[in-house]
Amino acid sequence: MSDWILGLLLVLTAVTATAVVLTRDPGRQAAVLSAYGLVLAMTMVALAAPDVALSQVGVGTAAVPLIVVLAIARCHRETGRGSRGDQDEDR
Amino acid sequence: MLSWLPYAVAGWIFLVGCYGLVTSRHLVHTVVCLNVVQSSTYLLLLAVGWTRGGTAPIFADIGRSRSVTDPVVQAMTLTDIVVGAAVTALLLALTVQIAKRRGTVDPRALRSFEQESEE
Amino acid sequence: MRTRLTLVLAGAALLVLAVVGVHAVSELPAAGDVPHPYGARAVAAAFGHATANAVMSVTLDQRGFDTLGEELVLLAAAVGTVLLLRELAAETREKTEHGYGPEDVFEALRLVGYVLLPVTLLVGGYIVLHGHLSPGGGFQGGTVLATGLYLAYLAADYRALDRLRPPGVLDATEGLGAFAYVAIGVSGLLAGSGFLADWLPHGTLGKPLSAGTVPLLNLAVGVEVGSAFVLVVGKFLEQALLAPDDVPEEG
Repeated sequence: MSDWILGLLLVLTAVTATAVVLTRDPGRQAAVLSAYGLVLAMTMVALAAPDVALSQVGVGTAAVPLIVVLAIARCHRETGRGSRGDQDEDR
Repeated sequence: MLSWLPYAVAGWIFLVGCYGLVTSRHLVHTVVCLNVVQSSTYLLLLAVGWTRGGTAPIFADIGRSRSVTDPVVQAMTLTDIVVGAAVTALLLALTVQIAKRRGTVDPRALRSFEQESEE
Repeated sequence: MRTRLTLVLAGAALLVLAVVGVHAVSELPAAGDVPHPYGARAVAAAFGHATANAVMSVTLDQRGFDTLGEELVLLAAAVGTVLLLRELAAETREKTEHGYGPEDVFEALRLVGYVLLPVTLLVGGYIVLHGHLSPGGGFQGGTVLATGLYLAYLAADYRALDRLRPPGVLDATEGLGAFAYVAIGVSGLLAGSGFLADWLPHGTLGKPLSAGTVPLLNLAVGVEVGSAFVLVVGKFLEQALLAPDDVPEEG
């Protein structure tokens, strides 16, 4: 039974990682990155590594997406005045 | 099937992250894809240490004879996660500086070192 | 057509990597069914030092030197981020009028922040102090403590909180955490065994006062990691909240 859960979580991890890469808009990508961190942490629990899962939740789900969103806010402010980056090109 | 699925998923995440790195059009998107590439190594390390039917290597409430997963690779993965976060933070600080100095965060517009920023 | 050429080359490289990777995975032993000789010896060593959490034993006791290197990496990253993002902060601090004030924050966010902040700090402290008994430890608890401070920054006014905190306190606590780690390591030298040796009395497995120097190292790591993360996020918050027309022209 737990083998099925592990297999399902692994497939979900692969799907979420693909979603993170294919989300071109950086603001939305931060939210998908947070979800990916959570799914990865659940996979780590299924692989019987609770310490690592705690660390992944704290770092990859809370800290890194926050830093990404703040960096995006600052970059948008800078590129809005100068030449605009093409981040919305394939929306 | 579970004997090779974790390795396959780790490899897939690595390849997808590399694809995102190459085809990125926003530097913050590039940094996040690099983070995804690094996370594939967490999965690979933990899959190496996984034991079918094993539990977490915490012995406060289980007996010594219980089969557990490998604690050495879990310690390596902990270090990996912290270093990954440090690298991501530094790269994002560099991206903010690039945005301030060049006015753009499109990698295709940043090919040369010429100082023609619109400030 | 440089972009097309880049894509073709990258596609070829990834294809070669995929083929080699599939061949490598087929040579690997099946996941989950192989014995782990290092794991068995690490667990035996953890029992020898009465540490219930074998992962923490490996991280702080058996491979403590690697963790020292990782702490210094985090310290260097925090210092680097502060340096990279510091150039405009001193000039434009006083000139910002726009951004989140106390009345701009959503009520729901503020309520959530006030309710969750003491809970988060308590859980973070628990995870740091019980690192040698249950899943957790210095890093995990440090990041949870830092999350509590982000909640405070987001739910209240960042600038008001920043003025409350005396400058350099977080830098001092981060340096203190790293220094405490090295000092405990040197105390192992002074006690007659090696650097970072677990020389304090080990106690019995599962009791709060067991595992020698591991709880002390957990505390040092927790302080250092929490301070580093709050420092880095604080710098990014400053960058994001500066008003656009106050950024001076620079080259």
